Amino acid sequence: MLLIHCPYCEETLPEVEFVHAGQAHIARPDLPSSQTDEEWEAYLFIRTNEKGIHAERWRHVHGCGRFFNALRHTVTDQFLTTYKAGEPRPELPVEGGDQK
Amino acid sequence: MTTTLSSRHPGVLATSPAVEVSLAEPRGRLSLRARGDLTPFARVLGFALPERIGQRAEEHDIRAIRLGPDEWTLNTPMAAVQRLLEAFAAIYPDHPHSLVDISGREVSLVIEGAQASDLLSIGCARDVEAIPAGEGRRTMFDGTTVVLWKDAADSYRLDIWNSFAPHVLDLLKTGCAELAAEARQA
Repeated sequence: MLLIHCPYCEETLPEVEFVHAGQAHIARPDLPSSQTDEEWEAYLFIRTNEKGIHAERWRHVHGCGRFFNALRHTVTDQFLTTYKAGEPRPELPVEGGDQK
Repeated sequence: MTTTLSSRHPGVLATSPAVEVSLAEPRGRLSLRARGDLTPFARVLGFALPERIGQRAEEHDIRAIRLGPDEWTLNTPMAAVQRLLEAFAAIYPDHPHSLVDISGREVSLVIEGAQASDLLSIGCARDVEAIPAGEGRRTMFDGTTVVLWKDAADSYRLDIWNSFAPHVLDLLKTGCAELAAEARQA
């Protein structure tokens, strides 16, 4: 079982309390009606499918109920860090250093 | 057969030599959502709302637990519910918030005894022994969201939604039987 650190509860807790909620840092366009079909398609459907370190949203649904962001290595499944929603993606010391 | 727990009388529901599960007396329950300056709410309540998630505060038999960054549950005597609803409504124009009476939504199970933590471990992935006594957590118990209040190292209360309560109670009964069987073998 994965252990995930909730940045709101400030505790490291079992995975069953959390749900995954897709890629992080995807901003909804301010004026959807100004978007071309291609831009809107990219916003709705196009994701990176990263092999390596991936910024993704999680929700502590059976706890504080808040969404937050996490950096997870998609190959090793290791959580490198978690941070509150709205904060920029943190720089890791050596991104992916020993994660190969 | 499953019967709704709210139709039962408070009392012991399952036992083993070292742990006992009982249904608690009905309590008033209020869900409070608020942001910003919390001092007006503290004035109405008579005590400050807890500041950290999982922390509790209590005065005059009104217990508050913080469940999220902007969410608290108040556990009160039944008679206090109406008074609190009116007192909070009075400060609403200046301090918008949400206060909802959820008394009918949940029942509480009391789990007490030397093996209370062992019994909870059959349904809760969290390390319940690591929760400090006098605090509480919202967590997952056998697929159900529950609020776990830890009153002492060997005394817990579980707030469970009515519809999930028979399911949770069945698991606790099984757990009690297993613990009793272990005690007989030892």
